[in-house]
Amino acid sequence: MSFLEALANFEFLAHALLGGLLASVACGIVGSLVVVRRIGYMAGGIAHAVLGGMGIAYYLGKPPMAGALISALVAAFLVSIVSRGAAEQEDTLISALWAVGMATGILFIAKTPGYNVDLMSYLFGNVLMISQQDLWFIVILDLAIIAITVLFYRQLLLVCFDPEFATIRGIAVGAIHTMLLCMVALTVVILIQIVGLILVIAMLTLPAASARLFSSSLAVMMLGATLLGAIITTLGLACSFTWDLPAGASTAILSGGVYLGAISVKKAWDSWIKPQ
Amino acid sequence: MSTPTITIENLSFSYPQLQVLKDINLTLHSDEFLGIVGPNGGGKSTLLKLILGLLEPDKGSIRVLGQTPKAARPMLGYVPQFATFDSKFPIRVKDTVLQGRFGTRKRQLFYTREDHLKTTEAMERTDILDLQDRPMTALSGGQRQRVLIARALACDPKLLLLDEPTANIDPYHGENIFGLLHRLHDEVSIVLISHDIGFITRCVTRVACLNHSLVCHATSPVENDLLQEIYGMPLSRVEHETDIGTGVHI
Repeated sequence: MSFLEALANFEFLAHALLGGLLASVACGIVGSLVVVRRIGYMAGGIAHAVLGGMGIAYYLGKPPMAGALISALVAAFLVSIVSRGAAEQEDTLISALWAVGMATGILFIAKTPGYNVDLMSYLFGNVLMISQQDLWFIVILDLAIIAITVLFYRQLLLVCFDPEFATIRGIAVGAIHTMLLCMVALTVVILIQIVGLILVIAMLTLPAASARLFSSSLAVMMLGATLLGAIITTLGLACSFTWDLPAGASTAILSGGVYLGAISVKKAWDSWIKPQ
Repeated sequence: MSTPTITIENLSFSYPQLQVLKDINLTLHSDEFLGIVGPNGGGKSTLLKLILGLLEPDKGSIRVLGQTPKAARPMLGYVPQFATFDSKFPIRVKDTVLQGRFGTRKRQLFYTREDHLKTTEAMERTDILDLQDRPMTALSGGQRQRVLIARALACDPKLLLLDEPTANIDPYHGENIFGLLHRLHDEVSIVLISHDIGFITRCVTRVACLNHSLVCHATSPVENDLLQEIYGMPLSRVEHETDIGTGVHI
């Protein structure tokens, strides 16, 4: 059975495809901001700290995604406090958040009585298990991210491009930075369901970094990254189905391949085609 | 005489364990073009940051246009060094210049017609209107500097502050930048920091030498013995007569 036939026959596969496409929107928009603002490490810290919240929610018998959302936002605020108040120890403190958050999650999951959850599905995603309810949750997060971006596009652009000038022109740079980290938190919660928290950083940076090579403005970069993300998640799912591979890992490897390809095309373009 | 553009009295500033500025006094009037020169680490950028209110003085006071530096910010045009930017940042010239319109009114959900008009005007003044749809990544060093000057002009500033505008630009384009600044000086007072003394003395009305303390000079030539005093080593100045139409001659 081919991938396309399977899509028509199996609802779970259609849900997985839709989940990937919806996630591409958040990952294109927020990923572009992460790349131009160079906060990939902060995004990684937030993504891994989320396991703490998921573990606690699981222990208390609450939905893990609610725990993920709360802990992602808490982690975003912690990171923004660190980057404002203790910039010189920023990488140390983010590393601590990264590791301690993850360890907390593992401890709570280990101490939860009864049938033990598949830890692997949190770490590496389980896109084939996405329910209709999960999809609606992703739609709502996507809409929140789009609304914030439309309203604050110019402020986000200026704060990423030249924070010092932004301060002088009266923009609340700290508040915009915190808002950006909260957008990262929302995107992390979406992407955990698609590729898992360890691979979040691949989807958050690689499509955007590829799109940047060919973009003249941040808005174009966001559109390009969304498009690339959609292609990558769809192909990732197709590879996973066709060759029986883990979907999250296939998607992450494909995004690495796309980035390498994009760099090669850009180099070839700059050295052979453009000079003529 | 109207309110001075900048009044600095007995200003001192230290970073932890490092005194950078000591007992600085300066009065700048509205028709002046002040060039501040001095060695790296002498406190030029620090002084500029204090005037912009990005740093607070330890001692002494700064008034800018009769107000505190923070309150005066809407009337200040600031031109940072492009060298400190991410040169691969995806942004178009016009969107960069439009950023200068922030802070000109209270609520700014969208750019208005006036914002676009002022932006076009600023790009005309700096001669980059034909570049407005280009990405910044496609520009030369001199063109980028003009974009940053246009961005600073977009808010109709009363005072223009420039940080090393000719760093990383070849001499020909550097002269063009100074020619541009000389024209702008008819409408706005200018403070410029640079180590490019040869250029500076051609268009400024006053030179200040800054190496922890500040010494002002009229627009007389900067003599070699003064250079030696400021930089702490023997230096000679190379004469290179060029005409950029400044009307100020050495």
